[in-house]
Amino acid sequence: MEGLLEKVLSLSVLLGMLTSGIRLATPYLYAAIGETFGQRSGVLNLGVEGQMLMGAFAAFYVTWRTGNLLLGLLAAVVVGALMGLAMAVVTVNLHAEQGISGIGFYLFGLGMSDLLFQKLLGTVRTVEPFPDLPIPLLSDIPLLGPVFFRHNVLVYAAYLLVPLAWFVLNKTTLGLNIRSVGENPEAADSLGISVARVRYFTIILGGVLSGIAGAALSVGLLGVFQQNMTSGLGFIAVALVYFGAWRPLGVLAGALIFSLVNAMQLWVQVLGVPIPSELAVMMPYILTIVVLVLTVSRARPPSALTKPFEREA
Amino acid sequence: MNSVPSAPLATASTRPRIQHVEMRGIVKRFPGVLANDHVDFDVQAGEIHALLGENGAGKTTLMKILYGMYQPDEGEIRINGRPVRIASPRDAIALGIGMVHQHFMLVETLTVAENVALGLPSSRGLLTDLDVVARRLRELGERYGLVVDPHAYIWQLSVGQQQRVEILKALYRGADVLILDEPTAVLTPQEVEELFAVMRQMAREGHGLVFISHKLHEVLAISDRITVLRDGRKIGTRPARETTKEELARWMVGREVRFHLEKEPARPGPVLLELEDVHAESDRGTPALQGVSLQVRAGEILGLAGVSGNGQRELAQVVAGLRPVTRGRVRLLDQDVTEASPAARMDLGLAYIPEERMKDGLIQEFTVAENLILRDHHKPPFSRKGFLHWPTVYAHSRRLIQAFRIKTPSVKTPARYLSGGNLQKIVLARELAREPKVILAAQPTRGLDIGATEYVRERLLEQRTRGAAVLLISEDLDEILVLSDRIAVIYEGRIMAVMPREEATVERLGLLMAGVEEKEKG
Repeated sequence: MEGLLEKVLSLSVLLGMLTSGIRLATPYLYAAIGETFGQRSGVLNLGVEGQMLMGAFAAFYVTWRTGNLLLGLLAAVVVGALMGLAMAVVTVNLHAEQGISGIGFYLFGLGMSDLLFQKLLGTVRTVEPFPDLPIPLLSDIPLLGPVFFRHNVLVYAAYLLVPLAWFVLNKTTLGLNIRSVGENPEAADSLGISVARVRYFTIILGGVLSGIAGAALSVGLLGVFQQNMTSGLGFIAVALVYFGAWRPLGVLAGALIFSLVNAMQLWVQVLGVPIPSELAVMMPYILTIVVLVLTVSRARPPSALTKPFEREA
Repeated sequence: MNSVPSAPLATASTRPRIQHVEMRGIVKRFPGVLANDHVDFDVQAGEIHALLGENGAGKTTLMKILYGMYQPDEGEIRINGRPVRIASPRDAIALGIGMVHQHFMLVETLTVAENVALGLPSSRGLLTDLDVVARRLRELGERYGLVVDPHAYIWQLSVGQQQRVEILKALYRGADVLILDEPTAVLTPQEVEELFAVMRQMAREGHGLVFISHKLHEVLAISDRITVLRDGRKIGTRPARETTKEELARWMVGREVRFHLEKEPARPGPVLLELEDVHAESDRGTPALQGVSLQVRAGEILGLAGVSGNGQRELAQVVAGLRPVTRGRVRLLDQDVTEASPAARMDLGLAYIPEERMKDGLIQEFTVAENLILRDHHKPPFSRKGFLHWPTVYAHSRRLIQAFRIKTPSVKTPARYLSGGNLQKIVLARELAREPKVILAAQPTRGLDIGATEYVRERLLEQRTRGAAVLLISEDLDEILVLSDRIAVIYEGRIMAVMPREEATVERLGLLMAGVEEKEKG
């Protein structure tokens, strides 16, 4: 027992956990940053999971057929954008209830990606995932170099997305428009801002980022596609937006905490610590609920969240 | 000084300044309503033109057409003699027309500068230029006497300051003509004076102003010309100095109006409602009531004056039993009801006329009859062994409809089809038919026309004469002064003073409402 504890707490294991935690946060970051844009403009997209599954499949299938990872990524972007476009039509133009239509898009993505998987792939196949791209010099730093600077391009981009999203939301006119539409669409409309156009933009952007999140999973981390391979990851991403109080930096913190716990439970299992594996797998989810309950009253959601906008008369 | 300083929009500098806006033969129909019936209206540079009329007379509709929010079914708009089409607020802004809405169009979580910059091109392309906006805002503020901190968040500002932001927003966009929709409704008397000074300054600078109001004395005090609308039609236009309050009132209502209610002297009895050092929190968890002590006696009306948002809403909810008290006691007829449920308070004889009659006073989808028995529907004679006895319900409802002159097609009409005045009569009928001992009336005439207002006030006086204790919460100072026997003023959750009606003046109340403490006399 003592030997086991030592094994778990050894430096190399801790660094390993840190490295996988940083890697595992990638899909959450893409999906949750996309969702942040949507929610700041007043749109709750619960279809993230479905968009991710479709993106994951598209990226994997195109990569498998062409052998070109970039084409695969592009396919995920296109499919995500189309799913976002459909969501925008349903919620912005047709004023559908956002939560329910989001669940509809989730179920569509779940079923459709499964169907395509069976028709086009038939069985689990593998591709070579995005290769690690060690950053010169930085990756040679002892101990921490490999932890932070030996990842693939999708991982780096995910972390660059965080400050970029912060900048766009807070320092550009586009960001000002997005925030105003999410807080008081009537006011934005009265100043000539097209609420519909802003929401189309954020919903499609959310779809694109969810698609990339799926690709980050299938061709970024694993090199495979499986049915329902996201297993709730997209819903966690939505929860992370609440946890992060609708701010990119908060989302980053949430994604890191969540993935580190996840990495920890993976390592705990790998090392054969005698905890039932079901319990270990539940850890991140229990943590999500606990953290959400503890933090939920701290910040207020955008006032117009989930409210369709319609100009009177 | 004939153009807006450092005109921020290209359109403001390239188009000619508005000298004259004309609306001709405007018709606007809504389902079942003719909101504007061939209305002519015009405003010139340098004048303040008041648009006067009761609620529902079509004033706001007419101006929303000018601002591009509605499209007219007939008629045309001309600027400097040239016909124009205004398809959206964006078009109106580009033409030089601005509007300050009754419900402010501000984003609470953004700063003043961000609100002003919204929707405008930035001098830095994709990036915001809030420092530039802030600088220009200060210039504009100094010129028109509209000082606001550009970096303050909207939620930090008072209502009066928020209104300044709205005016600045329009000026910043180069508005030559500014429409102000009921701008004084939310202000203290002193703030009204400040607003009027700003309006006069704007008129001197060559702006044309449209002042929408239903308050006669304000319209007479500030306007150059006055146009009266009634039931969607224009009754007439007069220069302000050639008309009188009486004439305008007659035009508005279509009959002679009594300005003074018959009021017998009060004969106050024992204290029926008492609040002792009551503390309570707002929805956000901030302190809303901070040690309120009040007594209301049988046979008197205690008026609670104050600017909106100073704890009136919370106070009403505390008395009704809808909001917990964090400290202090509430007594009803000598019984401690601090912890009692709303139903227990009702059974003791409390009637509640809530501020939001649509939301808290009625169930809009229910029929008139169902609404009329809401409080007693579970008791005999309306309910027997759990079954509603409809013949009794309808008979009771018909009696009340007649007694309270409720205009409704039938007892089975859903409440939402009735006008605001008739909805309030339903609430009054339900509450007053119980012969309550204590009446809590929150904003009982807000949004009602002159006729319905007169009616509600007469009923409240009647109840007082009958011996009920009435706590009247109102943001309308005129109402407080007309009805009350004693007047209390609330500011930031504290009672600033309680005085007999005779000792109250508009100036004194106004200062108290703004939080200015009175020095001890003698």
